[in-house]
Amino acid sequence: MYGLAMIKGLMVTLKNLTRKPFTIQYPEERAKQHPRFRGEEFVWYEERCTGCASCAKYCPLGIIKIETSPSGTMIPEGGKYRLEVFDIELQRCMFCGLCVEACPYDALFMGSGFEQGQYSRKNMVITIDQLRNAEKHPSTWYRPQLEGYEGEADSFRRRPTISQGDSRFSYDPRGGPPLGWREVGRESWRWHQHEKAGMRFEQDNEGTDTRGEGPDPSVRKDDEAA
Amino acid sequence: MTIRTEPMTVNVGPQHPSTHGVFRVRITFDGEDIVEVEPVFGYLHRGTEKLAEERNYVQVVTLTDRLDYTSSMINNQAYCLAVEKLLGVEPPPRAKYLRTLTAELQRIASHLIAVGFFVQELGAFGTPLMYGFRSRERILELFEMLCGARITVSYMRPGGVFADAPRDFWPALNRFLDDFAEEFVEMEQLLLENEILMVRTRGVSPIPPEIAINNSVSGPVLRASGVNWDWRKQEPYDAYDQVEFDVPIGSNWDNYDRFWVRFQEVHQSIRIIKQCIAQIEPGPVRLDLPLVLRPEAGREAYGRVEASKGELAFYLVSDGGISPYRCKIRSPSLINLTVIEHLLVGWKLADMIVSLGSIDINMGEVDR
Amino acid sequence: MSCQLASDSILYANGIYRVVYEIVGVVLPCWVAYAIAGLVFAFILVNAVLLGAAAITWGERRLLGRFQNRVGPNRWGPFGLFQPIADLVKLLTKEDLRPDGSDRVVFSLVPVLMVAPLILMTAVLPFAKNTALASLNVGVLYILAVSSITSVAIFMAGWSSNNRYAMFGAARAVAVLISYEIPVVLSLLGVVMVAASMSLGTIVEAQALPFFLVQPLAFFVFMAGMSAELNRSPFDVAEAESEIIAGYHTEYSGVRFALIQAAEFGGVGVVAAITATLFLGGWSGPWSEYLGWLWFLIKTGIIVFLFIWFRATYPRLRIDQIMAFSWKFLLPLAMVNLIAVTLEVFLLRGDDGVLTVTDLAIMGVVNLAVTVIAIAVFGNLIKERVSFRTRQPQNVVVPGVSTIEVI
Repeated sequence: MYGLAMIKGLMVTLKNLTRKPFTIQYPEERAKQHPRFRGEEFVWYEERCTGCASCAKYCPLGIIKIETSPSGTMIPEGGKYRLEVFDIELQRCMFCGLCVEACPYDALFMGSGFEQGQYSRKNMVITIDQLRNAEKHPSTWYRPQLEGYEGEADSFRRRPTISQGDSRFSYDPRGGPPLGWREVGRESWRWHQHEKAGMRFEQDNEGTDTRGEGPDPSVRKDDEAA
Repeated sequence: MTIRTEPMTVNVGPQHPSTHGVFRVRITFDGEDIVEVEPVFGYLHRGTEKLAEERNYVQVVTLTDRLDYTSSMINNQAYCLAVEKLLGVEPPPRAKYLRTLTAELQRIASHLIAVGFFVQELGAFGTPLMYGFRSRERILELFEMLCGARITVSYMRPGGVFADAPRDFWPALNRFLDDFAEEFVEMEQLLLENEILMVRTRGVSPIPPEIAINNSVSGPVLRASGVNWDWRKQEPYDAYDQVEFDVPIGSNWDNYDRFWVRFQEVHQSIRIIKQCIAQIEPGPVRLDLPLVLRPEAGREAYGRVEASKGELAFYLVSDGGISPYRCKIRSPSLINLTVIEHLLVGWKLADMIVSLGSIDINMGEVDR
Repeated sequence: MSCQLASDSILYANGIYRVVYEIVGVVLPCWVAYAIAGLVFAFILVNAVLLGAAAITWGERRLLGRFQNRVGPNRWGPFGLFQPIADLVKLLTKEDLRPDGSDRVVFSLVPVLMVAPLILMTAVLPFAKNTALASLNVGVLYILAVSSITSVAIFMAGWSSNNRYAMFGAARAVAVLISYEIPVVLSLLGVVMVAASMSLGTIVEAQALPFFLVQPLAFFVFMAGMSAELNRSPFDVAEAESEIIAGYHTEYSGVRFALIQAAEFGGVGVVAAITATLFLGGWSGPWSEYLGWLWFLIKTGIIVFLFIWFRATYPRLRIDQIMAFSWKFLLPLAMVNLIAVTLEVFLLRGDDGVLTVTDLAIMGVVNLAVTVIAIAVFGNLIKERVSFRTRQPQNVVVPGVSTIEVI
């Protein structure tokens, strides 16, 4: 009959009137963020970075600028460069994460924050000091060692319990503590044949860290004959 | 006394709330009837094909996200298919199932936008649009769980998928399928039988099948014109030969049928997703390809998929270097636009926006 | 000197007016008191309409949000109550544009002409027992006459804008408005016949049973007709999104636009008030001597909610379908209602000319049956015969590709 489906439509709208709104009142409430979220910041662990500039080469937009100089550390073992400049231009970055994918040493991680708006264009470039001093909440994107699960996983609306592989602690990018370079673990990159001294992350079964302390990268050693 | 009337040329400009993106049409009216149509596009041209020649094969995946930005997963899938044909490799089975699953999720999301904006242009002031967006929000949360981004996903790589789904993805997917089934049935109740909608879209702008085929139309528009052609059935790729689904065909070729076909395709997508969840097996998700790919010189490949808007295809020519020598994108929205004259000429002003909405173009694809 | 209102004055029964008159009349001459009392009441009415328009904009945005499963504006003030003030301030601070070739006087006169009829219409509405500014005994006729000024105002808006698209939109709007006057008038004739008077106060008192139960068909035709008169969905071809042509108020900005919007939303309020008076029983309800105004407001609110509900649910009709709806559907329905009510009133009215509650109830039941049958019959007649070529979907044979059986 003419008009019956229109009344059905009215009922549908009325039913939605009584439903709780789907809106999330930002900034008082925030949507739940999954650990793999590619945020607008970067987390860089200088202790692992060798200055290979794979991230800069792999960036589709070419926004990473790396300037290195020979640092003279661990040269026979194929050591690391000293980084002078490590700029990432946030204003052109599309947060695709290919730089993170390219890093062979798991030194660069995507961050998990997204409120990085600045008032001037100069502040949109992340410099090496900002990268060193930032609070490190890496996202688990392309870093499967940060995603381990134990027990039953909860629904995605609540924060999942993430523990690192051997369940030493649980990790949540937004709410959890910042991670240092020893805690982020490393997924060995299968192309990388030579393990660099100081870069290997080995564990024996009790979970103690057998890696030796690498030299302090911020100290420039005078060049000595190797 | 005879009254002399003149045809009036109106510019439905690039800035317009009802065209799908920056699309400009110059229409000549005689009173209320449309006499002539001239589309002008290119306002969103970003030089994707040229940029692809400067980037290596994996970096181009990030470019393909931004073609039809409402259905990024499917764009990725088309490109990865083309690169795999170029290299002559096949992704592992789990990757195929994951690709099929995410492509169908993305198809649902894209059709929700198409249907929502179709009804918005009819004047329903956004209520069905908001319901569609509420469901789409859940799909985008699933994508965030999978690959960290909601719209520009870059999920797939040549050789598979970039990483496996996290373990809490599967319960979330099941929860989504339950919630969405209810919400979608509600949207159908609101829209499919609505008399005002039927009165405004039935019999308006029909495209007969001969004209659709002659104009290389593809996708839901072609199927609404009565032609039984779906690339997922004709040339199955990924896991589409392992799942069963139907292809909805319209019989009246008009606006309402194009709208109806999209609704039915969402149902079929839900069916495919359920079968993928049941059939997927543990295994590797990515082939062990180098990060920088170098296909042999002189090879070319044409990889096509059934995107949410039609046949999306990439034609890649390699010269042995790290970038494609030529990357040509066959975008469905651009080719579907060739039928615009047949769609609009002879119909009234009030039907124009609705008909344009029913063929569901996306300017990211048209202009690339 | 104190002045007393003559007891046969039409303003005598109006409590507020009399009180102000007598208070002012103590110190000022009677004719001044007369004017001041009138001005006070009129001031109250004007403010009621304008503030009501603001409140309805707030209500509409919040309600539409809730219908769409989201929240409306909620940042300014608790529950977003100051949002209309924010909108008003924004509109006031805009530049006052006037298109170059436009007719200066007509262009500036239009917003005033759109708001004025609404305020004039509230003059006869009884808000509580015996509280109407002017309880005319031709109240219904007055309302219908005054509401027709709106069509002239819209046409003036389109014409004076010197913009062919605005003219186009205005011409459509005027066609719609004129077409929908007739079913509205005919449906109101039924109401007048049952109440045996055109005075709104008498109509309210005659509603021992609210008239929407007694004449559902008249209620339906009136609501549909008034939706079109107010240019609201599903008949809003003249309003905001008129496809490519932005409608008759394209060239208006700033205060003028604010007044046009006030006219639009104030119209919703005033028409809701009129509907509440004519069909829902106005101020009647328990304790109506003290709470009559509250019942009136509640009933107006219900009708406003109905208007917003329709806007949230239905898409727009095309202009030729709007005309068809009016002439081929609403007009026959209104006539059917008129015939039915005439017969019932003739047969049921007692010798003293009074219709009792039982009579009204009988009329209600009969009219309900008439409504259902009439809508079914005329609905079928109006259904557009679209030629559905139901062909079988064909398997297109493409040379070189094998066809696959699907479905």
